[in-house]
Amino acid sequence: MSAVLQVENLRKHFVTKKGFPRPKTVTVRAVEDVSFTIGEGEAFGLVGESGCGKSTVARALLRLIEPDAGRVLYRGEDFRAARGEALKSFRRRMQIVFQDPYSSLDPRQSIGSALVEPMRVHGIAEGAAARRRAAALLEEVGLPPAALDRFPHEFSGGQRQRIGIARALTVEPELIIADEPVSALDVSVQAQVLLLMKELRQRRGLAFLFVSHDLSVVRWFCDRVAVMYLGRIVEEGPAARVLAEPMHPYARILRDASPVPDPARRAALPRIMGEIPSAANPPPGCPFHPRCAQAMDVCSRTLPRWTPAPGEGQGGVACHLHG
Amino acid sequence: MVFFFVRRLLAAVPTLLAVLTLVFVIVRIVPGDPALVILGDQATPEAAAALRERLGLDRPLWTQYVDFLTSALTGDFGTSMVTGRPILDEVAAVLPHTIDLTLASMVFGTVVGVPVGIWAALHRNRAIDVAARILSLLGLSFPVFVSGIFALLLFSLHWRIFPVIGAANLNDLGDRLHKLVLPTVTLGLIMAAYITRVTRSAMLASLSEDYIRTARAKGVPWRRVVWVHGLRNASIPIVTVVGLYVGILIGNSVLTEIVFNRPGLGKVIVGALNQRDYTMLQGLMVIYCFLIVVVNAVTDLLYGVLDPRVQAA
Amino acid sequence: MSAATEDPLSAGEIAPPPPSAWKRAIGKARSNPTTLVGALICLLILAGAVFAPWISPYDPADQDIINRLQPPGGDYLLGTDQFGRDILSRLLWGAQISLSVSLSAILAAMVIGGAIGMISGYVGGRFDLLVMQVMDVLLSFPSLILGLIVVALLGPDLVNLIVAIALTAIAPFARIARAPTLALKERAFVEAGRALGYSHARIIFRHILPNITSEVMVMGTLWLATAVRVEASLSFIGLGVKPPTPTWGGMTRDGFENILDAPWLAVFPGIAILLLVLGLNMVGDGLRDATDPKLRNE
Repeated sequence: MSAVLQVENLRKHFVTKKGFPRPKTVTVRAVEDVSFTIGEGEAFGLVGESGCGKSTVARALLRLIEPDAGRVLYRGEDFRAARGEALKSFRRRMQIVFQDPYSSLDPRQSIGSALVEPMRVHGIAEGAAARRRAAALLEEVGLPPAALDRFPHEFSGGQRQRIGIARALTVEPELIIADEPVSALDVSVQAQVLLLMKELRQRRGLAFLFVSHDLSVVRWFCDRVAVMYLGRIVEEGPAARVLAEPMHPYARILRDASPVPDPARRAALPRIMGEIPSAANPPPGCPFHPRCAQAMDVCSRTLPRWTPAPGEGQGGVACHLHG
Repeated sequence: MVFFFVRRLLAAVPTLLAVLTLVFVIVRIVPGDPALVILGDQATPEAAAALRERLGLDRPLWTQYVDFLTSALTGDFGTSMVTGRPILDEVAAVLPHTIDLTLASMVFGTVVGVPVGIWAALHRNRAIDVAARILSLLGLSFPVFVSGIFALLLFSLHWRIFPVIGAANLNDLGDRLHKLVLPTVTLGLIMAAYITRVTRSAMLASLSEDYIRTARAKGVPWRRVVWVHGLRNASIPIVTVVGLYVGILIGNSVLTEIVFNRPGLGKVIVGALNQRDYTMLQGLMVIYCFLIVVVNAVTDLLYGVLDPRVQAA
Repeated sequence: MSAATEDPLSAGEIAPPPPSAWKRAIGKARSNPTTLVGALICLLILAGAVFAPWISPYDPADQDIINRLQPPGGDYLLGTDQFGRDILSRLLWGAQISLSVSLSAILAAMVIGGAIGMISGYVGGRFDLLVMQVMDVLLSFPSLILGLIVVALLGPDLVNLIVAIALTAIAPFARIARAPTLALKERAFVEAGRALGYSHARIIFRHILPNITSEVMVMGTLWLATAVRVEASLSFIGLGVKPPTPTWGGMTRDGFENILDAPWLAVFPGIAILLLVLGLNMVGDGLRDATDPKLRNE
């Protein structure tokens, strides 16, 4: 399987100055040394608690916020070095679907105009042809062509999310970055939107980067999964393996905290200790050691190295228990 | 507290520099040659060149800028091209009249505006409130020279209560006050109208707070609740408006002084305009900048006195 | 949200675009008598200005040496000035100057200030801080003083008058445009536009601009009143459009010079200015009340 997207050592720090008259510089290490690869047509999940930096990864690799360091390779080409027209052509190949369907559409732009505009900007289609394409896209996401002349406020959250997906498809991307695409929706609507995305994935052969805090959704949608904690990936591997038999203590806690449909399998929940530390002031050594039940001396001193999991293609883990 | 005052005063310095720079830029971006504007189109090239040299306009722009800033900051505002007297002297001679007028109008505006605003707030949406609203809109809409002329026609020419000629003897307090009445009412009208509106909305906001209910519940008399608890918390927006309007009062005092033929900064400006006294205009602009920056700084300081939270910020 | 609302749009007529804040404000202001009266005053004056060439009883420049300083009534409804020119005709023609100068100045300030505010807010960072610092400095100058200085230096003519008044109003428009821009640029649709490869200019002018126009328009009506007042004041000082073109401020000044002999000369143009400013203030006030989120729930 060839790689569509390779992310290598991505880093994003946010620097703010606080205080007067002697301002203190606060550096929030939102994304620290993140690497992963997404294969052709693969759905790659990025999971973690809120504030762990997973949405920042999504935005940084699209350069909606410029990353500080690292490489983003799209089919081997350097995306971060792209400027002008080259950047624009990259934009056609990776698209994003946002979490909040209410703010992702321009309230004063009709749906038709919102769908036609990207086609015009990229010279894909004009006039009546563009409108026909827009109608076809709406149909593909399950909305009637009459929606073209309507405005965002006339649609429900789920319908808007479908429109957001249709807009992402206008430029025929190969990779969709879905940033918590269903977490703002009602549960009944979530399933419909998830089904739509899975269907599109199969029909169009789309690759997905699926950012979510909801393990059950990720388990259903994704082939592979990476678990993030405080800006770093702590474990990565096939979704079946990572979500069933996690190796990292944090991944295990996440799995146990996620509801399982079978009550017979439910075990006593391990208590997670302490609060999530601030990314502005990460602990030394392994970022998880202050909350880890199995922490050893070494954990507070050195950052664990990346260790491959046993077996071919089973991913890996950053934990001293497995070093 | 002291630290707060020092900080606020220091914060005014960059503003002053920015304002001075703006003045410099405005003066220099004028299309065309100031020398020709002053002398007229028929001026000989020699005369124009001589004037340019006298004004320092032949030197490089940045030396002009540095000279302008240093002399402004050391209190040297130059000399009038027409009279040859230092601008500061010309201004100092009339400044008391302008300060009299501005202060008196501020007091008038506050003394009228605050009670009317409170009264309107207490009778919200009733006849008194509606009347106050319409009157304040009317007050806001009066250009100062129009209200001045109307006042002059009614009180000086028709009823002959107040004098037409406005120059007062600075040493005779009675005369000074008598001649101040009409200009003050004229200039203070806008101020009173604005303060009425701001007081009304600030009081409405303040009276809906929980501490007002608490005060009433523990038996504080209503009059005291309104004037002490309510007004204290409404005072911050009121002070803001007063501070903001001192600048506007200074601006409109020009018109008041023309209408009532009072000496003052405004008359000096108009004189300089008519005589194309270029250096005088520039000096006056700098003096106005100082006045406005000082007023803004004082308003900021007043916040600190009124609202202890500001100091902490 | 039930599954039923998730069904593809139920068949039905196509709904109109969302009512903008501006339209909502107009709708709400219409029920307010103050606003209505204000609008009526403004419309009357506008009609007077537009139809001046047809409805003025005399040519505003025609001098009638025999009938100088005629009191109101008789052949000359509002009297004549020191050159025997008809006051009513001059008022009607003067309305053209007042309205055209103020409207063009506010339009220019709206476009320039709005663009500055939008771009500054969109770019953000140090650039935004610097631009807003400059705007604050401009704002701290009273309109009249700033206008006076600029006209004095540029020389009084129609264009310079417009430039001067526009300059005094740029800063408030920059501020009013910047605030909603700051909020809008955090919305996901702006990010979506960037991900779709839209240029910054396209995002600012096609996506942010339509969302802030109503706020800027309400501000425009309020500042129009100020512009009329500043224009009249400058004309009164003698920095307005040069005579013999009639301007209300200039007519008041001429009247003021003859105040002992013919007080009506100053009174009528004064009332005209007062009415126009009042009308605009009434309209602007009503619109602001209708759009102010703090008052919306009243």
